[in-house]
Amino acid sequence: MTDSIWHEVAPVAAVTEGCPFKALVSGVELGLYKIDGELFAIDDICTHAHALLTEGYLDGYIIECPLHGGCFDVRNGRGQGLPITADVRSYPVKIEGDAIYVAIDRS
Amino acid sequence: MSVDYDVLIVGAGHGGASTAVALRQQRFEGTIGLLGEEPELPYDRPPLSKDYLNGDKPWESMVFHSAKGWADRQVDLMLGCQVLEVDASAHRVHTKEGRSINYGKLVWAAGGMPRRLACDGHDLAGVHTLRARADADRMIAELPSVHEAVVVGGGYIGLEAAAALRTLGKKVTLLEALDRVLARVTAEPVSRFYEAQHRSHGVDIRLDAKVDRIIGKNERVTGVRLADGEEIPAQMVIVGIGISPVVAPLITAGAAGSNGVRVDAQCRTSLPDILALGDCAEHRNSHGDDDWIRIESVQNATDQGTIAAQAIMGEPCTYDAVPWFWSDQYDLKLQTVGLSHGHDQYIVRGFPETGSFAIVYLRSGVVIALDCVNAIRDYAQGRMLVRRRARPDPALLADPAVELRALA
Repeated sequence: MTDSIWHEVAPVAAVTEGCPFKALVSGVELGLYKIDGELFAIDDICTHAHALLTEGYLDGYIIECPLHGGCFDVRNGRGQGLPITADVRSYPVKIEGDAIYVAIDRS
Repeated sequence: MSVDYDVLIVGAGHGGASTAVALRQQRFEGTIGLLGEEPELPYDRPPLSKDYLNGDKPWESMVFHSAKGWADRQVDLMLGCQVLEVDASAHRVHTKEGRSINYGKLVWAAGGMPRRLACDGHDLAGVHTLRARADADRMIAELPSVHEAVVVGGGYIGLEAAAALRTLGKKVTLLEALDRVLARVTAEPVSRFYEAQHRSHGVDIRLDAKVDRIIGKNERVTGVRLADGEEIPAQMVIVGIGISPVVAPLITAGAAGSNGVRVDAQCRTSLPDILALGDCAEHRNSHGDDDWIRIESVQNATDQGTIAAQAIMGEPCTYDAVPWFWSDQYDLKLQTVGLSHGHDQYIVRGFPETGSFAIVYLRSGVVIALDCVNAIRDYAQGRMLVRRRARPDPALLADPAVELRALA
């Protein structure tokens, strides 16, 4: 974690329960998800084809890519079976004051 | 009796591969054999009629896992093998190569074979069906000497192949026997939209067109003669008229089924320890009027693969996923949710002339399906309407300013 920087991404109020939130942070396309009050952040670009997961279908902790239906767990970025064969990165999230921060690796 | 595999999967396409992956994902610890007729590693099939055909997508990006990837998951691959006979009571299959394989559970995911024309000339060189990579590669090898092509069939495969060849600069004539393309699967506005789009790209679409024979010289196609006598010159004919399910060994072994092999909501056939799924499996879909149907889609194969894995693990499961499907032609992305068969009303949402619109299908006021063209948000949100069997105000459905999500 010493190689990561916390980036302010959005006001807490901007990310609502169950609604995928798209953000571009330090050149990284991210999707923020609030589920049961908890926040998660993963890469927004699907590993299968160039599509944005935040435009897809959220069911519990699973986001489904709108292009070919590939599913990821937003808690850890893990692909949930074919057609996904590679996970997306997942990032630590914290709240400080009334802002949401995501930790992005310096590299 | 000792089994060679606790689970033997016959068919290494989307359904078979998905079953193997799902079993390991669910921590199945038994042995798994994945047997397929094609010599290639299991791969993503849809690009064959789209960007693989027009040269945009490299083969390497279509393979699901490398040989090592399958070995890491402890799935034994048997490629280039064909099962000819199933001995259900002995729990054994016999292959064309002369091998006998004993199984604990058999998962039949053998898909379908493309239907061929029966007319004179149907087997001339240059006449192709498109299902496997080998088919696409044969077509690609001939393309340099093709200036004119005829596509027989105005379904998804035919339209996609027409788009790919037109994109490569070939002169393309598409023959559809019915009065509109995609007649069996979409409402008229979608058919007319695609006809107009293909025509604007220079494809000659002929409706109500029937093939009399394929004509050739020196065993190679030179053209297609229509029922009315017109002859269309062509150096390649692509036949996209559907598939017949590959299930003969199961039916011979006594499995129930008239349109493919019949399965229940856990993908079980009427034979003990034999499951089936994907393009070859007839099932009652809760989103399709509860009729027995066969769905030919990646979604159906993949999701039934997950169900089959759960059933094998003894977990309670029911196949009730909302069907969805996509088709890529030129820069048009068609995405469908649900099954529109049996709709009694449809709403046009947006304006087809803009190239982005959706059709919402209803039955007795309930949203049962959507066809979305370049309308990803409507597609993703429309899923919710179908899943929840929503009954929204049709006026709001027709208003593109109202998000579908708000009507769920």
